[in-house]
Amino acid sequence: MTSQRPGATDRSEHDDRAPLSIHDMTVAYDRKPVLWDVDLDIPEGQLVCIVGPNGAGKSTLLKACLGLLPCVSGDVRFWGRPIQRQRVAYVPQRESVDWDFPVSALDVVAMGTYRKLGWLRPVGRRQRTQALEALERVGLTEFASRQISQLSGGQQQRVFLARALVQNADLYLMDEPFASVDASTEEAIMDVLRELRQNGRTVVCIHHDLQTVRESFDWVVMLNMRVVAAGPVDEVFTMENLRRTYGGRLTLLDQAATALGQATRSLQGS
Amino acid sequence: MGWEASYDGWVIAIGALAAFACALPGTFLLLRGMSMMGDAISHAVLPGIALGFLVSGTRDSIWMFLGALVAGLLAAVLSQALHRMGRLEHGAAMGVVFTSLFALGLILIVQAAGRVELDPHCVLEGAIEWAPLDMVDVFWGWLTVPRAVPVLVIMLLVNLTVVIACYKEMKIAAFDPDMARASGIDARIMNQVLMIITAATCVACFEVVGSILVVALLVVPPATARLLSDRLPVVLVLACLIGIVMAFLGHFASGSVPGWFLADIEDVSTSGMMAVMAGFLFVLAWVLSPRHGLVMRAVHRLRLRVRIAAEDVLGLLYRCEERQEQLTAAQVRQALMKAASIGGVTARLAMARIRRQGWAELGTTSCHLSDEGRVLATEVVRSHRLWEAWLWRNIKLPADHVHGSAMRLEHVTDAGMRDQLAAETEATEVDPHGKPIPDSGGEADPSPDSTVE
Repeated sequence: MTSQRPGATDRSEHDDRAPLSIHDMTVAYDRKPVLWDVDLDIPEGQLVCIVGPNGAGKSTLLKACLGLLPCVSGDVRFWGRPIQRQRVAYVPQRESVDWDFPVSALDVVAMGTYRKLGWLRPVGRRQRTQALEALERVGLTEFASRQISQLSGGQQQRVFLARALVQNADLYLMDEPFASVDASTEEAIMDVLRELRQNGRTVVCIHHDLQTVRESFDWVVMLNMRVVAAGPVDEVFTMENLRRTYGGRLTLLDQAATALGQATRSLQGS
Repeated sequence: MGWEASYDGWVIAIGALAAFACALPGTFLLLRGMSMMGDAISHAVLPGIALGFLVSGTRDSIWMFLGALVAGLLAAVLSQALHRMGRLEHGAAMGVVFTSLFALGLILIVQAAGRVELDPHCVLEGAIEWAPLDMVDVFWGWLTVPRAVPVLVIMLLVNLTVVIACYKEMKIAAFDPDMARASGIDARIMNQVLMIITAATCVACFEVVGSILVVALLVVPPATARLLSDRLPVVLVLACLIGIVMAFLGHFASGSVPGWFLADIEDVSTSGMMAVMAGFLFVLAWVLSPRHGLVMRAVHRLRLRVRIAAEDVLGLLYRCEERQEQLTAAQVRQALMKAASIGGVTARLAMARIRRQGWAELGTTSCHLSDEGRVLATEVVRSHRLWEAWLWRNIKLPADHVHGSAMRLEHVTDAGMRDQLAAETEATEVDPHGKPIPDSGGEADPSPDSTVE
């Protein structure tokens, strides 16, 4: 496990075996920076959580890594190479999709097989079997043919998890997989994540419940527009770092970002 | 207007082809919440058509088609750009772009009207009635069909090919574009494909139904189909079928309906009536749909009310037995209507249900629970009194406040909840009013005093 150097500036200082390695990434929305100079090596085979206050750029970080958002600068590597989509599975926030969409739970899980199927080829029996197996792993077999709006929030979250499992990836990037789920669902999801870790997979979750970080995760990234701290939970998940992540100290940076955004906008006259 | 097989047959066939072709992209626009993009594109093709027409001077030129396609795509691109850069809300951005382009198109057409034969009226609602008069030979003279038919058939085949071949890509791009892109299926390409086939379909249907009414074909059949099914393949097929039915009804109605109201008007435009029929089918689906329909929801509500009222009757009869009181069926109904504040119809239905199930004998002189009815009645009363006891002991509600809540809660309480209530009230044997709580076996201990009501 490499220790984190927030100040690393040289690409070669990063670990090429890391499933996800971010070098000097800056992301801006509408010219207002939301992530500054993020440098990060996620170690292999760990359960990693990303914590930080609202607006800290957690979702932005995952999306930018996957190329869903443009980076102002920076470089993202997966196992030392540019993105390998067949080895990475992404679980978006539950609220990001329309759950009234006329598809069943099984249809949604089968979407995880689309990538391997490739263009123009329809979903067949084999893909459906895989999807059913994944639904079984998250305990939703009996809901396979249910229209997705008839599922509870926790069940919808598990459908998304099953879709990621079907992709059989080596790295899972999950945006708040525990949002609005009850305690038993949380435990069921956690079991699946531990199983993934046992099989040597790496899981990165955006997480909100600071109470469960210590018991559930191996590694933590504390984010507030920049990486405040990252490393093994025992070492970096300290009161001092929490204060630096959630406390008032970073509002200065926030103010600077807003001012910078306004200044560049008026300079460029748009 | 008389009925002529060849003429009317072609009008219906053309309408059905247009509706069929529109329903495919229309369904995906609906699912993406972009139905108004179809509206915007259909309006925005106007300047393209006008320019293509002015350049070539004829109506069946490839220029007109290309001009319209470019204008339609321009509208899609411009409104998305305006949304991003102008930070304008999506609908507002589309509104700005398509009204401007539409106005530009109208100006061009009016300017050109003196020189070329392009009728603004046809532009708006099409000229499906004239289409069968303009025949062309296809397949080297084997077949003579209206000129609109080959265009629509080609468009339909293109749409069918795209939807069938890219079905799963269209689906995931509409449902979860982020996940699609993360796993290497570029949702933006599918979005552009959808915009292209929408624009092309609008242009192909333009001559038949005009630039305004094409919106009815793009939006209404998919919206109707969505009310009727929760399965995407079914929604797609239904949308196509509804579009075809709508063409039939529209043409029929255009000839017959006006005659019912206005004797001096013989017929109205078929495309207009198609849109009216689309609205009619939508309302029909909204009322009758098996899951989302008004009728089914009303039936479900009524069933629930009857079930609850029947349980209230059982509870009432149980309490009468307890007090050793005799009631006639009419008295039971009166008591039920007062206690549960329900209408006479619901009360009658509830009593009919009880008779049908054989839960009690409801006679004109007296009423008796059957054995089966008594078991159910005991459960209801047990639930009621357990809730009263629980609310009184555990929530500390005053004894005269608990009856109303218990009246509602007793209907949603199952055996498991009753056991839990009994445990939490430490297996108390009387409710706050001193009435005995029947045990789960069915028999109440009648000894405690029942003077407190």
